[in-house]
Amino acid sequence: MKKTVYRIYTSIIFLFLYAPIGTLMVLSFNSSKTRAKWGGFTLKWYSELFQNDAIMKALWNTLAIAFLSAVFASIIGTIACIAMTGMKKKWRSVLLGITNIPMLNADIVTGISLMLLFLTFGFKFGFLTILLSHITFNIPFVILSVMPRMQGLNPSTYEAALDLGAGPVQAFFKVVFPDILPGVLTGFLMAFTMSLDDFIITHFTKGAGVDTLSTKIYTEVKKGIKPEMYALSTLIFIAVILLLLLANSRSKIKSVKTAERGKS
Amino acid sequence: MNKKMLSLPYLFWSIAFILIPLGMIFFYGFTDKTGAFTLENILAISQAEHMKALWLSILLSLISTIICLALAYPLGLILTSMEVNQNGFIIVLFILPMWMNFLLRTLAWQTLLEKTGVINGILSFLHLPSLNIINTPYAIVLGMVYNFLPFMVLPIYNSLAKIDRNVINAAKDLGAGNLYILKRIILPLSFPGIVSGITMVFVPALTTFVISTLLGGSKILLIGNVIEQEFTQASNWYLGSGLSIVLMVFIIINMVLSAIFDKDGEGGLL
Repeated sequence: MKKTVYRIYTSIIFLFLYAPIGTLMVLSFNSSKTRAKWGGFTLKWYSELFQNDAIMKALWNTLAIAFLSAVFASIIGTIACIAMTGMKKKWRSVLLGITNIPMLNADIVTGISLMLLFLTFGFKFGFLTILLSHITFNIPFVILSVMPRMQGLNPSTYEAALDLGAGPVQAFFKVVFPDILPGVLTGFLMAFTMSLDDFIITHFTKGAGVDTLSTKIYTEVKKGIKPEMYALSTLIFIAVILLLLLANSRSKIKSVKTAERGKS
Repeated sequence: MNKKMLSLPYLFWSIAFILIPLGMIFFYGFTDKTGAFTLENILAISQAEHMKALWLSILLSLISTIICLALAYPLGLILTSMEVNQNGFIIVLFILPMWMNFLLRTLAWQTLLEKTGVINGILSFLHLPSLNIINTPYAIVLGMVYNFLPFMVLPIYNSLAKIDRNVINAAKDLGAGNLYILKRIILPLSFPGIVSGITMVFVPALTTFVISTLLGGSKILLIGNVIEQEFTQASNWYLGSGLSIVLMVFIIINMVLSAIFDKDGEGGLL
């Protein structure tokens, strides 16, 4: 009895979370151009999607910005973490406090502040200003996932490598880096996701003529969303699910293997 | 020596792209077009239309936060009791929707809520009265709850999952009832999760301009809409910055309150 109530409650919440996603998927197969009525099943939006240059360009911008900002944020963030371990406690907490600002502040305030910066210093609004902004709000995610790994390290291993004749760079890449790599990867993935899903900060820092998928959708809201957009988001969503399933089955195989190794 | 040099890139970055931009908001917020100091942009919040937008934002974001908490806490309890969390499966289920563009997901609610939409279709099929909430504040609250619920569920779930089962079992052995355990053990131990959930829902809900644009029609203005229009349409950065400073005051109050309550929650454990 109690179990059924639990199940029903959980199902209702997940229905609430996934109903819009189901709706979008259904709309991507709707041959009627308006989303208000069902005009029969079609696959034409999927084929037209790849001929729609504006959407393809926005997709390219979105992916390029997400990838580049995640890479730069991972590099700057990881270096910052290394630097912070050698810092006095006071300075470290100051720097971590500054790191928290973009996380805790409202996106609209971050967006506006960057817009004012670019305006004042005469930046040309476009790809570069979006990229700089995304790196800025992505660095905290990297620092927050690398820092715990960094603090869990045993500093003696690095010093041992130095004693045994490794240079600081070699010692770092051979000894420290493998240990913090999972943290860096998590940070990278989070940064990539945040960049991909961002609208508000991009809205304030983009220039005319440069669009990401989010800003393109926002300008289409008034005129009506092109059904190709539904097709694209359905494809992205399914791709992510497949990637997750793949990663999951791989980690399962891995855990089975390690378990077997443990037995023998 | 070497390590000090390594801090330079991030130090430079955070000064150039975090601190200076924030400083610019304060600079514009406290000056007029001639560059002279003024409080006018800040005091502009007392104008009737701005006050109305601010009140509505506070009201709707408070309601959304309460609804999120009311939905998320029982869910967190259920999910921890089910013990289905293999490989973070639950967390993935809540993060997965974020991979579909959030504007599109919110727009999909239009399709669901419209007069001739899916939900009303089902309601009329069941001979129930129709639901006309699209383009009203109710739809905005729904959009806020929908978008920010995961940010309430995840911290609560994490703090609940961390509770040592043995503590609860010990309380049971000593004769405590379920309600008593909830009140005296589970609730206090999960308090930090509740507080961080409230912050993570309240701040984005208070400052949103997208959800009100997509689900509220064009007539309902939240404080986020007012600020956004000052920047993108009116190009009055001075006024926009002034109003943003007022908004930041609320964000900071919220953070300070959560820091205090979080401390109390953990202090209560000892």
